[in-house]
Amino acid sequence: MISTLILGIALLIIGFYAMLTQKNLIKIVIGFSIADTGTHIIIVSLGYLRGKTAPIIDNAVNAVNAVQEVVDPIPSALVLTAIVIGLAVTAVMLSFIVEMYKKNKSLSIDDYQELKW
Amino acid sequence: MIKKVVVLLSIIGLIAIFMPMITQFQERENLNELATDYVNGSIHELGTPNVVTSVIVTYRGLDTLGEVTVLFLATVGVGFLLKGKSEDKIEISASELLETTSSVLVAMIMVLGIYIFTHGHLTPGGGFQGGVVIASGFLLMLLSNVNAKMNHSIMHFVESLSGFAYVGIGVTGLVLTVGFLSPKILPLGNFGDLFSAGAIPVIYSLVGLKVGSELTSILVTMGGEK
Amino acid sequence: MIPGIIIGLGVIMIAAAFAAIYFKSLLASIIAAGVISLLASVIYLILGSPDVAMTEASIGSGLTTVIFLFALHRVRKGKSDD
Repeated sequence: MISTLILGIALLIIGFYAMLTQKNLIKIVIGFSIADTGTHIIIVSLGYLRGKTAPIIDNAVNAVNAVQEVVDPIPSALVLTAIVIGLAVTAVMLSFIVEMYKKNKSLSIDDYQELKW
Repeated sequence: MIKKVVVLLSIIGLIAIFMPMITQFQERENLNELATDYVNGSIHELGTPNVVTSVIVTYRGLDTLGEVTVLFLATVGVGFLLKGKSEDKIEISASELLETTSSVLVAMIMVLGIYIFTHGHLTPGGGFQGGVVIASGFLLMLLSNVNAKMNHSIMHFVESLSGFAYVGIGVTGLVLTVGFLSPKILPLGNFGDLFSAGAIPVIYSLVGLKVGSELTSILVTMGGEK
Repeated sequence: MIPGIIIGLGVIMIAAAFAAIYFKSLLASIIAAGVISLLASVIYLILGSPDVAMTEASIGSGLTTVIFLFALHRVRKGKSDD
């Protein structure tokens, strides 16, 4: 669906903008998670087929001509995996931030010269 | 000033990259060949009503094994970075309302989680979702009872055992049937029954236990419990 | 009807994304980021992927928010404002 594709691209760009402009380390991670959500929406909307339904065979979807009635299952499977990995990566990034805060007592990226660009 | 120009240029570049995707977007009408094969194979060869489950557990099973490994590494990384220091512990005592409701709710949340991952091949959901629901049950327990001590050895035992059994089922498939992680080591059963689809529910339940224990240990470590 | 829902949800999500960037309080930013994930799960449901919708609702808006809050609590220890 083109509307969700545009929405996903908008979220991806907003997330990148936040990662590039924000000074606060936690806000950078929030920007990463917004960009993550945007990417997932892009992938799922590329797998959508007009007027078709979820790839689960039950009373609504006949087993004989299921191929004509369901959306693409592969993007769903990929995004399912990616969401769980996103949580794990976010947890690791946040624990790095907690450790950095313990060393320098600051959340601003300006106080970490080795990370500045 | 230069920084602002660079940010502006990179945002414009991103928009330029994605613009053709929007302008030349055409909604597909039919499944491509690979997806057609997966849908047909899931129904006729594996007997799994939920096609997404059969893609995750069987067709892309190696990816799922790798993903569970990444999750394990992340758990180890978080535990290594935030080695339990008791002064970080959250010391807000829970209200009576939270304590009373959590004693009733935790058991129900656990049952819901187990239901989600055992029925992963029939209904939406599966190991990952069920594992997360179980982890949120443990989170409620952690928040309502400040003095609760998680038994880490049991959690690590469950996690290692389910990981070991997952790889063991994979190798059994390699020895007995066509390939690694093949679900046909168990009989396929009737289409749509709880005990059907070969080893898919078993593998997904193991994934659920592993994900649940790993996420619980991430939450416990981040929450600052010793 | 469905396009109306998607446009409405999309406007709220983009507004929540800007709110997550520009809110002064970190707590409010984290909650706004959780709102984006929660509404994204409704979009996945409309796009015919209930599995992804369940995962996003439980992981994206549940556990991710909790992990952010835990990290914020650890970082904030010692100072009460901000």
